[in-house]
Amino acid sequence: MFARGLKRKCADHEEDMGGALAGFRAVPSYSLQRQSLLDMSLVKLQLCHMLVEPNLCRSVLIANTVRQIQEEMTQDGTWRVAAPQSTGRAPLDRLVSTEILCRSMREQDGVHPAPGMGDDHVLGPGSELSTVTSAQTPRDPQNSVWEMDSPRENRGNFQKSLDQIFETLETRNPSSAEELFSDMDSSYYDLDTVLTGVVSRAEPGPCDGLQGLPPVATPASSSSCKSDLGELDHVMEILVET
Amino acid sequence: ALNCRFYFPFVDRPKLLAVSLPTADIISTVEFNHTGELLATGDKGGRVVIFQREPESKNAPHSQGEYDVYSTFQSHEPEFDYLKSLEIEEKINKIKWLPQQNAAHSLLSTNDKTIKLWKITERDKRPEGYNLKDEEGKLKDLSTVTSLQVPVLKPMDLMVEVSPRRVFANGHTYHINSISVNSDCETYMSADDLRINLWHLAVTDRSFNIVDIKPANMEDLTEVITASEFHPHHCNLFVYSSSKGSLRLCDMRAAALCDKHSKLFEEPEDPSNRSFFSEIISSVSDVKFSHSGRYMLTRDYLTVKVWDLNMEARPLETYQVHDYLRSKLCSLYENDCIFDKFECAWNGSDSVIMTGAYNNFFRMFDRNTKRDVTLEASRESSKPRAVLKPRRVCVGGKRRRDDISVDSLDFTKKILHTAWHPTENIIAIAATNNLYIFQDKVNSDMH
Repeated sequence: MFARGLKRKCADHEEDMGGALAGFRAVPSYSLQRQSLLDMSLVKLQLCHMLVEPNLCRSVLIANTVRQIQEEMTQDGTWRVAAPQSTGRAPLDRLVSTEILCRSMREQDGVHPAPGMGDDHVLGPGSELSTVTSAQTPRDPQNSVWEMDSPRENRGNFQKSLDQIFETLETRNPSSAEELFSDMDSSYYDLDTVLTGVVSRAEPGPCDGLQGLPPVATPASSSSCKSDLGELDHVMEILVET
Repeated sequence: ALNCRFYFPFVDRPKLLAVSLPTADIISTVEFNHTGELLATGDKGGRVVIFQREPESKNAPHSQGEYDVYSTFQSHEPEFDYLKSLEIEEKINKIKWLPQQNAAHSLLSTNDKTIKLWKITERDKRPEGYNLKDEEGKLKDLSTVTSLQVPVLKPMDLMVEVSPRRVFANGHTYHINSISVNSDCETYMSADDLRINLWHLAVTDRSFNIVDIKPANMEDLTEVITASEFHPHHCNLFVYSSSKGSLRLCDMRAAALCDKHSKLFEEPEDPSNRSFFSEIISSVSDVKFSHSGRYMLTRDYLTVKVWDLNMEARPLETYQVHDYLRSKLCSLYENDCIFDKFECAWNGSDSVIMTGAYNNFFRMFDRNTKRDVTLEASRESSKPRAVLKPRRVCVGGKRRRDDISVDSLDFTKKILHTAWHPTENIIAIAATNNLYIFQDKVNSDMH
């Protein structure tokens, strides 16, 4: 299934791009395969709509795969750091579009991240929306730059987003309840915020928006995106019961 | 040659005892106790079902030592972590039996976060003839009591009672993947993705951290713990495996925090086989010490390997489980199958090893003869008078009648959990919603 789609795409690409592919030193089909693998991996890492904590082993293995591809592409010279106007390169554009989609989705949702408190900061309710784009940690000024970045800093964004993924995968272990609640944003307890966070999930999430990417098989049930309505019911149940 | 009947138990045996038991939920772990009398299964819904082997009796020819349901109980319930806004699944990841020390049986069961110690007792007598209460438990009118009697124990229908004796909670930030009881019978360890804790069975409010591989910066995380086990005889030794395919043997006498391994077992990478998936398929999904304590068995995505504790440089033996998948790794990565965690098992004499695969197939490898066989856990194979026939996956070329082609394999039918009776040729195979128990009447001394 995968191989077949790939061949068609390769043929199309060669017809449309013509000389644009001359920039690649690698064989186009390998390069495309590698690009598809990279895209697939990034999609897998975007753990949208997860109610259960993601499998850390799986995430680490996927992230390592992404790093390997990135390293190889850097050596190849196919990993472009340049501004987007250079031949509108497919690889980087895809990465950028992924990020922008995630970011813009999050902004739409109106999530305001909980303020960080160093290692022990707590993820606000909005964090459950997308563990990829998590609350920012003011302790690391470089990371907060990722928030405002323009699409131009593509490569830096990518590395930061990879790091970001691991930041979010880390489960916090607050040392004391006091520290936990000391500079907590009071909106954490605001029912409206929580409901807003949940309701806005009903909109198509980042996963759905990635139309331009090659089709990906439905992930295994353990990591599949649950129905948003089901999530809303679930959270309402918990809120009402408690 | 497919004529494996004389080399492997279970294969082509007319007197094979096979039973298929449908379960309410997907089985997530299977474990025999130390005598093999009891078999415990845990499922995705947090339930534990214990089977007991009926005693073989010449007087009752129907009873051939089959396993029947002994007890069922709810071990774990789903929880919600309000702090992180995440569900904690009730799925039972592992069950380990404690060695039996009195009439009661005990086992440890764990989900992602909490380990519980359960005590299983039998009640087959009840006291009758109380002085102050009547048969229904109501207080007697004292004026009617004219003499005193001593209550006596009368037989009753067997009742199996299960009670939670200890709850070991809040020990793990990450998901628990293994538990292992120490040979000292007093302590046990629990391992999650980044840490391993040592507990005392009687103490629930604290545990000792003995391995911590969490980096200072989570961004630097590239390797996680995938499985761990105590040595069967040396209470100071344990092994843990990683997602990069390495095994670390640690000695608790060396230091309190066993971050520095005593031995590192790692096979150098084969440069000719290198691909983007090399690391993923090298990730060890299970590690088991042999009964002798001399060897370790590991399972990674495509192979099972036997390691000699005295040789760190490379495995002693490597067996291909389903090498025909090597050319399909990209598709298997896409559908997440490449992350499936298969378990492995030794037979009682450490001469045969077993592991599961796809399409409800499971494989056995004889270490002495170097023969291997593929068997299928299916309804057909568990009918009365059915025999387990060897199966074959063909990869192009000459195809025989009953062969299955690689492309027709059902990847949703995976056998992740298998267990072998400690001494006899009895195996338990978990195939999603069905538990298969195969019993070979041939004396296991053959192997």
